[in-house]
Amino acid sequence: MESMIHGVEGFMYPNEIELQWSILIVLYPYITGLVAGAFILASLERVFNVEEVKPTYRLALLTALAFLLVAPLPLQLHLGRPERAFEMFLTPHTTSAMAMFGFVYLWYLMAVLVLEIWLDYRKEIVLRARRSTGGMRQLYRAMALWSDNISERSLDIDDKLGRFITILGVPSAFLLHGYVGFIFGSIKANPWWSTPVMPVVFLFSAMVSGIALVMLVYMVACWMRGTAIDMRCLDTIARYLLYTFIIDFALEMLDLIHRIYEADESFKTLDFMVHSRLYFPHIIVQIVLGTILPIGLLGLVQLMRLTESQRKGFYATAGVLTLIGIFAMRWNVVIGGQLFSKSFLGYTTYKLDFATREGLLSATIILLLPFLILWVLVKLLPPWSHQEPAV
Amino acid sequence: MRKFLQDKEHLVRMAGLFLAGLGLFLVLRVLFVPKDFYQLGHFRTGALADNAAWAVAFAGRAACESCHPDVVTERKGSRHGAIACEACHGALAKHADDPASLKPTLPEARKLCLVCHLQDVAKPKTFKQVNPEEHMGAEPCTTCHKPHHPETA
Amino acid sequence: MQTDRREFLKSTGAFIVLTSAAALAWDSLVAGTPEAASTYKLHDHWWAFAVDIEKCIGCGNCVRACKAENNVPLEPYYFRTWVERYHVPRGDIERPEVDSPNGGYDGFPLRYQPGDGSKNFFVPKLCNHCSHSPCTQVCPVGATFESPDGAVLVDKTYCLGCRYCVQACPYGCRFIDPRTMTVDKCSLCYHRITKGLTTACCETCPTGARMLGDLKNPKDPMHEFLRNHKILVLKPQMATGAKLYYNGLDGSVR
Repeated sequence: MESMIHGVEGFMYPNEIELQWSILIVLYPYITGLVAGAFILASLERVFNVEEVKPTYRLALLTALAFLLVAPLPLQLHLGRPERAFEMFLTPHTTSAMAMFGFVYLWYLMAVLVLEIWLDYRKEIVLRARRSTGGMRQLYRAMALWSDNISERSLDIDDKLGRFITILGVPSAFLLHGYVGFIFGSIKANPWWSTPVMPVVFLFSAMVSGIALVMLVYMVACWMRGTAIDMRCLDTIARYLLYTFIIDFALEMLDLIHRIYEADESFKTLDFMVHSRLYFPHIIVQIVLGTILPIGLLGLVQLMRLTESQRKGFYATAGVLTLIGIFAMRWNVVIGGQLFSKSFLGYTTYKLDFATREGLLSATIILLLPFLILWVLVKLLPPWSHQEPAV
Repeated sequence: MRKFLQDKEHLVRMAGLFLAGLGLFLVLRVLFVPKDFYQLGHFRTGALADNAAWAVAFAGRAACESCHPDVVTERKGSRHGAIACEACHGALAKHADDPASLKPTLPEARKLCLVCHLQDVAKPKTFKQVNPEEHMGAEPCTTCHKPHHPETA
Repeated sequence: MQTDRREFLKSTGAFIVLTSAAALAWDSLVAGTPEAASTYKLHDHWWAFAVDIEKCIGCGNCVRACKAENNVPLEPYYFRTWVERYHVPRGDIERPEVDSPNGGYDGFPLRYQPGDGSKNFFVPKLCNHCSHSPCTQVCPVGATFESPDGAVLVDKTYCLGCRYCVQACPYGCRFIDPRTMTVDKCSLCYHRITKGLTTACCETCPTGARMLGDLKNPKDPMHEFLRNHKILVLKPQMATGAKLYYNGLDGSVR
């Protein structure tokens, strides 16, 4: 703690010097954002009938599930008393946005994602149950809830119900990530966070990151399997990425312009922070590399006539930059909001350790885990098996 | 009914799974929600008693004065009479409970006096403050001032 | 024979169910009786606090007493109460220089010389025990709350350590106790005031700059203090219902 004082510039209230929320709290909105975004991409086909993106439908759902399963992990690791986390289910305080986490999470996981994946995959699950032996057979049978009925009528009912669930899932996805934005946006004590556009900005940047993620996963998966990329699908995804990005950028610029124009009591200190301690993550990484460059690349594809391989290169670059940029956005909100003093007279520094509970190692593992889970899910429920064996 | 449920029994099983989960959740609630929650607000009523139950470190001047009336008399009429005993003598609840268990140590005069009376531009102008070099050099304050009644020598 | 057995099972079942139901009901009835500290009546009090900046000499007695009384970690930076020193150069209230070395625990080293046209004073800070507190609003489980007698308290056995309340406090009053990983803050010496004592900080303040008040007591000197002085709270625009009333609060104070 003594060493922390050396990172202080100016005056901070004594209890403010140590940051409360670490990189793990940066990860949580990032991960739920990816989930919400991937789901919205999947719903494009199911609800809005954009059938060009059908090849990524199942992949998007599995990606959302893989990341959703990991989402509570950074929160658990961060809690001072993780063994008391269940109290949020016992006595949720209805005035606290954070209290809805447990319920929104469970609702989205079970009633939306798991149900939708199950309904869409049920035929394959039953077929695999019939085909496999031993442990795998038991697993598939359990996944099918020991039902063997894949008649036309039952599948038709599944399809109708699945469509209904997806429609329900869109506002659920908005809630899953929107409430995180509200957690920050409703804190009047912190002027960097307190703004009504926070949930909307979070949501749109979530959609951007989720779409970019599925796009990249699709490209990598095709490359690993040696199959051709459906360019009609990829081009459509990239277009939706561009549209969403433009809206996201416009919202963030609106917030920025508003702040600069009104220049209230917090403006000077925030402005200085953005130009000093937050210069690299905010200006360079989030805005230039993470927003302007990807929008530029994606926009160029719409304006110029590029070859297939050129477009793939542009999309891959834009996708990676987007993912980094949206991570930087979460970083700038969470960490940035704690670097300045609420007295507006000073700044502190964030010390990121490596091998501690809230260190870089934990964060890296948490980010890699969903890909591992996705790999397992893809093995269990291949999103591209269209060759059904004879019944 | 049979006709309605035909081709839907997998959905019934899924619904059953959900209901079972809900049922389990309700049972866990009954078991684990603290019994005294929600009585006075969204908190555990017992927390009030928990907060009220900590041990006291400072006895409070009334306790000191009940055993040391001579000091009370000594401090009458002095500005120092408004100061609680433990402000200078430290936390003495242990001593008030059982005088023999803890004998208060006499504070080091000059060091203690200067904590308040060292001249500082941020202190109120009406507060008596001294520059030690100019006021007494290396002499301890007690050479001229009685701590319990500093106005007299 | 069959009917008798069935009757027997039915009545035994009913007996078991009703007894356990009665037991549960009795349990919750008994557990529900709020524990009162003998004669202390919750609803007879409404606690508030006042600080007279014109009297504070920055001695740090309050900071030391609080740490001793409430077992606050000694190493920086964990404070239930602390003192800030303000240096307002040539009346520029927008650009004060503020310091709080170890919260004022060891007093303040000499720093400013008289005669430079500046304004200098000390500001003690502590939990404002807000009546519309933003910190209790955001607690996800109800581990921090406004007591019926006006103190904002923490339930240490229930707190998860999520730190949301620390973020929500506009005044920087809260911290996480590194020994329990739960939140801690000024409790208005609840264990003292419910026994008729005053807070440790008020007890040891040599100049009477700090005072505890019970606004429900018509004879409490706080009423007169609030009437006779120009009173301000910190960050009034946040509408937190802060009950920490300052006399002599300068425009430069954050």
